[in-house]
Amino acid sequence: MKYKSQKVAYWFFALSMLLIVLQITYGFIMGFAHMGYDGLHEIIPFNVARATHNNLLVVWLLSGFMGAAYYIIPEESQNELVSVKLAYVQLITLALVGVTAVIGFHFNWWEGRKFLEIPRPLDYLVVINVLTFLGIILVTLFKGKKQSTTAMVLTMGLVFAALLYLPGMIWFDSQAMDSFFRWWVVHLWVEGVWELIMGGILAFLLIKLTGVDREVIEKWLYVIVGLTFLSGILGTGHHYYYIGAPEYWLIIGGIFSALEPLAFLAMALFALHMYRKGGKKHPNKIAIFWTLGSAIVSFVGAGLLGLAHTLPAVNMYTHGTLVTAMHGHLAFWGAYGMIVFAMIAYALPQLTGRKLFNNPMGLYAFWLSLIGMVGMTVAFGVAGVAQVYLERKMGLDFMVAQIEIEVHFFVLILCATMFATGVGLFIANFLKYGQPNDEAIGQENDDFGSLETSD
Amino acid sequence: MLSKKQAKAFFLGGTVLFSAIFLALSFETVTVSMPEKTNADQITDAVVRGKVIWESNNCMGCHTILGEGAYYAPELTRVYSRKGESYIKTVLMAKEPWAPRGRKMVAYGLTEEQANDAVAFFKWIDAMDLNGFPPEPDPTLSK
Ligand code: HEM
Ligand code: HEM
Ligand SMILES: [Fe+2]
Repeated sequence: MKYKSQKVAYWFFALSMLLIVLQITYGFIMGFAHMGYDGLHEIIPFNVARATHNNLLVVWLLSGFMGAAYYIIPEESQNELVSVKLAYVQLITLALVGVTAVIGFHFNWWEGRKFLEIPRPLDYLVVINVLTFLGIILVTLFKGKKQSTTAMVLTMGLVFAALLYLPGMIWFDSQAMDSFFRWWVVHLWVEGVWELIMGGILAFLLIKLTGVDREVIEKWLYVIVGLTFLSGILGTGHHYYYIGAPEYWLIIGGIFSALEPLAFLAMALFALHMYRKGGKKHPNKIAIFWTLGSAIVSFVGAGLLGLAHTLPAVNMYTHGTLVTAMHGHLAFWGAYGMIVFAMIAYALPQLTGRKLFNNPMGLYAFWLSLIGMVGMTVAFGVAGVAQVYLERKMGLDFMVAQIEIEVHFFVLILCATMFATGVGLFIANFLKYGQPNDEAIGQENDDFGSLETSD
Repeated sequence: MLSKKQAKAFFLGGTVLFSAIFLALSFETVTVSMPEKTNADQITDAVVRGKVIWESNNCMGCHTILGEGAYYAPELTRVYSRKGESYIKTVLMAKEPWAPRGRKMVAYGLTEEQANDAVAFFKWIDAMDLNGFPPEPDPTLSK
């Protein structure tokens, strides 16, 4: 690490690791419930587990993004964070709000709107928290020596993500209107501005890990985020087919959402190409695994499996079935989970000065979590397609169809165990690194010095 | 070859253009088409109270409505015509977990008035024009 204040990032990553463990735990509760073992029903009914699983997912990813920003922005803008103290306050309040929300869910304190369950009073605290975060990032960036494209794209993603949280806070009497604006948050996050965050982190990692010229990487970054917005904004229409919105969304949503995989394809090709192009290889191989892995798996999970159910004629049958859960898991893991893990894998040796990369544990963590998640995706997919045929095509009663597909949740749990083992090993490695070390400050552990060209 | 400047112009230009189109279409949807297709004029106080019950108990944490929610319990968009008023009220007012075929629902034990509000909400949802969703089963496949 070059700047002392980058150490803050470590604690955001640590919070991320803690919350992913809880998220996975609640995933298991739901997996067992689907299999017919709902023994926890009285204490943790399915909807509590669901709200907890989804919100913890969002919070650990956001915590990871924030950590990434606190690491990347000082380095890119060549400036210490303007206030480290405030950054720690922001960390602690983020953790407090998250924990309060999760506890609240267990006492029926929530807003039953998928992914936006956090109750309104806490929403305001989230807003204050995120404004603090953005304040620190923006002032650091603009007081810094330079504003690189990578830093600008990352920051733009974070600012837009904050703005887009707001439409989810408006009250509507109409369920349909509620749904319409819920997608301004959910869709425009994951298929819009979060891709800017992912692109920014990816570009930073590729610059560090491949040594390819910054100008080249950043040019393609613009093309990728250009493709994202070109397709993703009007692609929102793929959620407007069947919620009481007019028919023109079937055409517009169909066409533009079918173009969305292009941005993910570009991201995968870009990462692979830059990796090949970079003559020298960075010693931190495991960070390269996670970086390239994220670019490729996001194309499969978001791009291909998204495409699989995005056309109106298909979505008519798959809308709101386990097919959606199949896609949701691989997309979230590939695009956002893996990029956060990539950032952590890159940053830990830098923050602590310990070069523990390339140990077998790191490799097992990568492969077990990846294969486990692919297996889970297959299990959800098989269950989902069977559900669609039995319930939607043949007209069987919902529960009759559910009992037929219970067995696939056994497979899901097996694969989830493998996935969880991989994540556990990653965390074990995380702990082995220990805390950030002041001796690491000012060192650049990138082996092949600084190959950066200035903007 | 494409220059970085051109790439930036592509990004900024595309973003502005497609955001503008999106905002214009969204405006049409929420002010004209959606209120018509969803009978917004029929949203009574009871319907709104029903929506509050729906949200404050996170029913979407198990069920889907308009195809959105969780996949643990039945789709409820057309539940009013499928099951009828009295069935819905019985389920919502039950003091013991309703568990047809073994999968338990939370026992909400709603009052009669609350259950009526929930029914009003489902009745309003039931009448929406949803471009053909949920699909009719294929008669050649059903038994
Ligand atoms: C990283 C990017 C993505 C993530 C994290 C993601 C995640 C999700 C999640 C969690 C849902 C369920 C949302 C809800 O019901 O509230 C969903 C729905 C959906 N996604 Fe994605 N997605 C991504 C990209 C894509 C792309 C690129 C496409 C299309 C090419 C796509 C197509 C769809 C469709 C059609 C649905 C609606 C499913 C339904 O009708 O039930 N997604 N996605
Ligand atoms: C041990 C691991 C996990 C298990 C057993 C698991 C299981 C489940 C189950 C059973 C559901 C609910 C499906 C329903 O509504 O009926 C669900 C929802 C979801 N999970 Fe997981 N999960 C796990 C890990 C993860 C991870 C790591 C992520 C993200 C990277 C994730 C993202 C999601 C999302 C986005 C949804 C909502 C999907 C939708 O609405 O379509 N899960 N999970
Ligand atoms: Fe979407």
